[in-house]
Amino acid sequence: MWSWVAHRITGVTIFFFLFAHVIDTAMVRVSPEAYNTAVETYKTPVVGVMEVGLVAAVLFHALNGIRIVLVDFWGNGPRYQRQLTYGVIGVFVVLFVPFVWRHLTNVFGG
Amino acid sequence: MSAPSITSIPKPRSPYKARKTGNFELNSWLFMRGSGLLLVVLVFGHLFVNLMVGKGVHAIDFAFVAGKWANPFWQVWDLAMLWLAELHGMNGLRTIINDYATKDTTRFVLKTLLYFSALIVLVLGTLVIFTFDPCLDPASTLEVCTNR
Ligand code: HEM
Repeated sequence: MWSWVAHRITGVTIFFFLFAHVIDTAMVRVSPEAYNTAVETYKTPVVGVMEVGLVAAVLFHALNGIRIVLVDFWGNGPRYQRQLTYGVIGVFVVLFVPFVWRHLTNVFGG
Repeated sequence: MSAPSITSIPKPRSPYKARKTGNFELNSWLFMRGSGLLLVVLVFGHLFVNLMVGKGVHAIDFAFVAGKWANPFWQVWDLAMLWLAELHGMNGLRTIINDYATKDTTRFVLKTLLYFSALIVLVLGTLVIFTFDPCLDPASTLEVCTNR
């Protein structure tokens, strides 16, 4: 239940971000300066931290999506529901922690 | 007698009439799963190459994009990611609107907005990938521009 709610919320969040992201990237068609100004904002501490939240959303949505596919298509999927959920949490931590470390040292370390 | 009710119960053993809606919902259910799995590769590859390698986010600027899109590999990658993510997200939002918007007019308005925004994103995104010109600025000092 909670993973279904989280899957919805993260899905909608990513969808709205995609809209903004296609528009900021479209600035490459305007001028190099316009584009550079747009990406500059991604390098600020505030947006840098928001990026961590976005990646958390993508990571959860993707891993939980794989879990949904396994439950739907893999014969033993429904039997291992519980293990699959722990798997999602485990792989999330394993991938998320190094990401946060690397990204935040980039953002704050220059 | 009152007017015939719309919700009349069919006679027992009346032949089952399949609604002629085709397999749209089944196909979109399958599409959510197929596109989702492809997006795992496309999105994580995208995040890794743009944020984890080298100087991470600090490396991204106009020249960085020019470098990537000089290669058809990344053009195709980004195009596939754009279309799959937008259609996957659009289809997901369609489901969510169907779930929560109970009034016909609300549903219609929300879905019109949804399809309109998806159209903008797909057209704009596709045009940007294919009409990108690294030498837009005549004074550009990028290698691709000074060499020709
Ligand atoms: C990264 C890989 C991704 C995977 C593996 C994935 C997987 C899935 C799956 C399996 C569903 C299930 C829908 C159902 O139950 O029928 C779903 C729903 C959804 N996804 Fe994704 N997805 C991914 C990326 C994305 C992206 C990039 C977006 C946004 C652009 C997105 C937005 C949504 C939305 C809005 C829903 C609907 C949620 C709902 O109906 O509750 N997803 N995803």
